[in-house]
Amino acid sequence: MSTTTTHGVAKGRAAEETPAVPRRRGVRGRTLNFWLFTGPFLIGLAVFVYIPIGWSAYLSFFEARYTVTPSTFVGFDNYAYMLTNEKFTDALVTFTVFAAIVVPITWALSLGLALMVHRIRFMKAFFRSVFFLPTAVSFVAASLIWKMSIFSGVRFGLANTVLSWFGIDNIAWLANPDPPWYWLVILTVRLWLQAGFYMILFLAALQNIPQELYEAAAIDGAKPGWQTLRYVTLPQLRATSTAVILLLLVAAYQAFDEFFNLLAKTTWGRPPLVELYYTALGENQDYGAGSAGAMILTLLICVVTLLQGKIMGFGRGEESK
Amino acid sequence: MTTTAPPIKDTGSPIPKARKVRRGSVVSSAGLYFATGIAAFLFLVPFYLIVRNALSTDAEITGENWKFFPTDIQWGNFSELFDDPTVPYATSLWNSAVVGVLHTVGTLLVCSLAGYGLARIPYKHANKIFYVVLVTLMVPAAVTFVPSFVLVSSLGWVSSFRGLIIPGLFSGFTCFLFRQYFLGFPKELEEAARVDGLSYWGAYWRVVVPNSLNFFAAIATITFISGWNAFLWPLVIGQDQEAWTVQVALSSYMTNQTVNFHLIFMATAVSILPLVLVFLFLQRWLVQGVAQTGIKG
Repeated sequence: MSTTTTHGVAKGRAAEETPAVPRRRGVRGRTLNFWLFTGPFLIGLAVFVYIPIGWSAYLSFFEARYTVTPSTFVGFDNYAYMLTNEKFTDALVTFTVFAAIVVPITWALSLGLALMVHRIRFMKAFFRSVFFLPTAVSFVAASLIWKMSIFSGVRFGLANTVLSWFGIDNIAWLANPDPPWYWLVILTVRLWLQAGFYMILFLAALQNIPQELYEAAAIDGAKPGWQTLRYVTLPQLRATSTAVILLLLVAAYQAFDEFFNLLAKTTWGRPPLVELYYTALGENQDYGAGSAGAMILTLLICVVTLLQGKIMGFGRGEESK
Repeated sequence: MTTTAPPIKDTGSPIPKARKVRRGSVVSSAGLYFATGIAAFLFLVPFYLIVRNALSTDAEITGENWKFFPTDIQWGNFSELFDDPTVPYATSLWNSAVVGVLHTVGTLLVCSLAGYGLARIPYKHANKIFYVVLVTLMVPAAVTFVPSFVLVSSLGWVSSFRGLIIPGLFSGFTCFLFRQYFLGFPKELEEAARVDGLSYWGAYWRVVVPNSLNFFAAIATITFISGWNAFLWPLVIGQDQEAWTVQVALSSYMTNQTVNFHLIFMATAVSILPLVLVFLFLQRWLVQGVAQTGIKG
């Protein structure tokens, strides 16, 4: 007890004294050094992040077709146009449904994989690698496998081949929006690509749960299995779960690659980014409307992120570190 | 230590219980291995499909009955891929390699310096500047692609390496990760270096970086993978075929009029191979990198 306190004091004192050591250069030298280190990054951040956002905000109030230096101020017309544009609002609904489905499922699957790999003794490294390997594959390559080989909608696709063994007719997975089988295709692509990544996060967190908690729970009469999972493991994983859900949400809102590639020539299942891509860079090159859409989407993402942070108590820890 | 009646009775009851628990755990661990095995099998199916299709002929891929393995392994598909004039696949591989490497080196350089400055060099406005960085984490990069494209095209960087690489270097998130890491870096090491007369710059390169190689390797692996796999930005910027990256080329196969399954899957296999190698040899750092990327806040 006493050693800890003296240690703490000594550390505190040392921390106060540290600025005295490199006093040779003084405050001005340190300021110069600060800018030397952070300058390149901050300039880049200003040019390639802040200016585009600002410019986009500016463009969103102008009539800007085929031009990025517009002169016709139109107020909120672009916003009104995008919000009454059924394609865009449908896309917003699409991605909300998409996020609401894909986030909990990915969370559950990655947690489940982590729990399995964590408990396994034999060939643990092998199983971990197998689940983690898809993380290295791009959305484009995965979409290609899914579209061309698994869910190709023709007789020789893997899914239809397997179904034919059970005497079920071919299903046009992507080419027909009714029934909407394409959601299954999109969902499984994302699960395959992402579950391993989040499994690693859960595994790291599982290893940090002190063994004593399980012993204490066993003494208190908790049965191994569901009860320990419910009352020990899950509460201990709360922080990680929150972070994982946040990362998943942000990733879901930015979905583009697999939608663009899987549903290239279709009009259904378009998420907002694909819609923006066609608005701004399609035939019309309507930068004004495209920018307005980007603003709406950014705002929406910020709101949902903050809301999720409020609900799950995230963000408080960020400053304390 | 001779057995008396009461102890026997006492131990008597736990023994069957223990046996029961053990039998249960044998059953549940068999179930565990079964479930894990099934999941692993499903996760490997797409890889199997890539290899099978890449080494088959189109006739076998589209044949009446499912072929689990090609009858004749078609290694010739590999050279055919690079002889195919419709998609400049070799060029796109080269582009991706250049973009992947420069993107990684640049991001690490710029973001680590900034992260170190924010974490370790006392400056009265450092906190405010850190907020300026943090705010960008709220705005997903993918959403700003329209304005970024506008900017890059007005700089005349469309279809160039500059346009592909430079706008992506300034990642607020990577800078944030480096700052968090350097906050935990042992101060004593740098102080010793500075007492020895090294400047911040000298201490950074001679003491801090050499002692942080694990962290750098972890972030480098993740950055390279995300650079190699990036699609939206290269699609927007790569307007000429000459500036396509592998991902854009792969995507173009899917919308081509003529579909050559064996070529498409050979292309996919080739595009994934470098990453699988990275994955196999650098998995340790990759796992670390993922764990660190997730421990945000």
